[in-house]
Amino acid sequence: MDRREFVGLLSKAWVAGMLPGVSNWAMAGENLQPPMFGNTRILHFTDCHAQLLPVYFREPNVNLGVGPAYGRLPHVVGKNLLKKIPEIKTPREAHAYTYLDFSAAAERFGKVGGFAHLKTLIDQCRSEAGDGRSILIDGGDTWQGSGTALWTRGKDMVEACNMLGVDVMTGHWEFTYKDSEVLENARLFKGEFVAQNIKATEDALFEGIEVYDEDSGHVFKPYVIKEMQGKRVGVIGQAFPYTPIANPKRFIPDWTFGIQEDDLQELVDEIRSSEKPDAVLLLSHNGMDVDLKLASRVSGIDAIMGGHTHDGMPEPIVVENPGGKTLVTNAGSNGKYLAVLDLDLGNGKVNGFKYSLLPVFSNIIPADAAMAAYITKVRQPYLGKLNEELATAENLLYRRGNFNGTFDQVICDSLTNVLDAQFSFSPGFRWGTTVLPGEAITMDRVLDQTCMTYPETYVREMKGEQIKAILEDVCDNLFNADPYRQQGGDMVRVGGLTYACEPNGPSLNRISEIRDLKGNLIDANKDYKVAGWATVGSKSPGEPIWDVVATYLRDKKTIKVEKLIEPKLKGVAGNPGLADYQGEVV
Amino acid sequence: MEISTTRRGFIKGLIAVGSLLVLPATLLAAMVRPKAAFDSKEIDASIKSLFGDAVVEASDKVNLKVPEIAENGAVVPITISTDIEGVESISVVIDNNPNPLSAIFNLTDAVAAEVSTRVKMGKSSPVRAMVKANGKIYFTTKEVKVTIGGCGG
Repeated sequence: MDRREFVGLLSKAWVAGMLPGVSNWAMAGENLQPPMFGNTRILHFTDCHAQLLPVYFREPNVNLGVGPAYGRLPHVVGKNLLKKIPEIKTPREAHAYTYLDFSAAAERFGKVGGFAHLKTLIDQCRSEAGDGRSILIDGGDTWQGSGTALWTRGKDMVEACNMLGVDVMTGHWEFTYKDSEVLENARLFKGEFVAQNIKATEDALFEGIEVYDEDSGHVFKPYVIKEMQGKRVGVIGQAFPYTPIANPKRFIPDWTFGIQEDDLQELVDEIRSSEKPDAVLLLSHNGMDVDLKLASRVSGIDAIMGGHTHDGMPEPIVVENPGGKTLVTNAGSNGKYLAVLDLDLGNGKVNGFKYSLLPVFSNIIPADAAMAAYITKVRQPYLGKLNEELATAENLLYRRGNFNGTFDQVICDSLTNVLDAQFSFSPGFRWGTTVLPGEAITMDRVLDQTCMTYPETYVREMKGEQIKAILEDVCDNLFNADPYRQQGGDMVRVGGLTYACEPNGPSLNRISEIRDLKGNLIDANKDYKVAGWATVGSKSPGEPIWDVVATYLRDKKTIKVEKLIEPKLKGVAGNPGLADYQGEVV
Repeated sequence: MEISTTRRGFIKGLIAVGSLLVLPATLLAAMVRPKAAFDSKEIDASIKSLFGDAVVEASDKVNLKVPEIAENGAVVPITISTDIEGVESISVVIDNNPNPLSAIFNLTDAVAAEVSTRVKMGKSSPVRAMVKANGKIYFTTKEVKVTIGGCGG
């Protein structure tokens, strides 16, 4: 079967209702895993951000696609997504993949993820696949995102992943620990840590730093071959290409990243010719839009299993390239989903496949006892701090979305109030869990939103033109028409400010009408007092952001975000990636 | 000298050998810096000063390797190679730099036409690799983004 027929088979699989097919089995209560298709099963999760326990996680209502991404998955939100993928039928499925009626649906269907529940589901999926016919791969952003991950320098997650049985991983936030710590954790990890696009700098190679291959300069193994009952699958690692730009370079001064498309093509060709694989996969932390472009330009990859942009993509996208077709997936975040790619392999090729993105509903899937006990043990020394109830949420608190989130507004308000600043900046990360109305905001939840190795805050004078420059720069990282020039984060959140944004506008010319909350335009040449955190250059002098937020919450006791302050958007009315927007759209 | 097969050992060996060499005076004399071209703030004037009225054309035979986004604008790695025969020189032009001409490498047939260097870039810009061969100029262009960084998720 050639590659064209392979895609024909995909369409047939869809017609036959094999995708996403959650309701067929998940509600049955006993058989949690989908029936096996073919002879080889790839299990994939990504961007769990160290969430060991079940959480709530609200999908975005703003995820704009610009240029070729307009209206294309994952830039389709809410009801637009339900319309685009009619296989999402039940209220539970709609809740799994969208933000719709989030608070009520979350109350009804409960929390998602949690490593103990994930472990049960993974074990069932592996058992269904049959002995030695499956692998579990992790796209990274695993060692960061919780208090315990920070305090154990990622080691709680390394052990949790060992218990989960992860065979191969790559990374991004992993590299926000010091390089020596990353290498130590990679050694403790029982699977293989792979990355074709991380090399030592020439200077560092000359100094003789520790690398996997001194000739190529690769810091980690670029790929591994996993053999499953005679079927050979190559798994290439693609770490987040812009780590030293989006995150501090000072932790990993000797490593250089980038997309490295040419190197990747060479590697794929070499694996194809020398390893005799039945399939070649890319375990990617590029982000969905970068992966789609990559898939159109690099030949010989059967599937790109993607992450970074936290897109819970219910179905894959098939991309044509000069050598055939490549499947591109993205498996969401925070342990909310487990992706299952079943392959029918033989004679050095993929003869058919089936893909499902399974939501991990924690109250349907029983907890694995050993993993639950491990999580209890890991958290026990820190429980006093983690469980402190700082305030009560009166409405839904979340982050994810291109612009502001209610939890971000609380963080920005904390910065301006506690640090006595006119304006504040908070990064548009895509991690951070959701708090339901009426729930306590514990330190645990604050750390979900803020925990990292460069949490220090700052207060400094900034000219109006510098404020605009920052907004423009981050906006270009989000909306540059070329995905290779995007970084995969959302827009920086602002406190005390409003602005207008034209996502389809030219680079560095998308932002206008920057005003304070009284409506006064910001003066380009005037100084303003601005607070913020997570500086990537040098370390900031202030206390960690979580302490600033905790101070604010303890003082307030109840938190109600009366109105979510969102920028005025220009030129995106009717975009399928925009719904229920709180700001003005012109 | 100890013979080492590692990359590091090889480079160290090269440096040791290099320090023993003395450049012939004739070679030094040939390496005259085209001051006007480097000093020019105008791309067209700089190119004209370098190449005169030679024909300039885009070519997919010029391979230019640059990062899509620079990790550090102060040292952007750049590699240019070509299999065009008879290469006389390879030049690097950064459109948005105050002085667009960044480097010229004069080559002879005795070496492979591949050069690597690092350039400083203040802001995002097209980067042009210009190869002079057989009296003609062949070039390719790629955009390199320079960002203040941070705020990535």
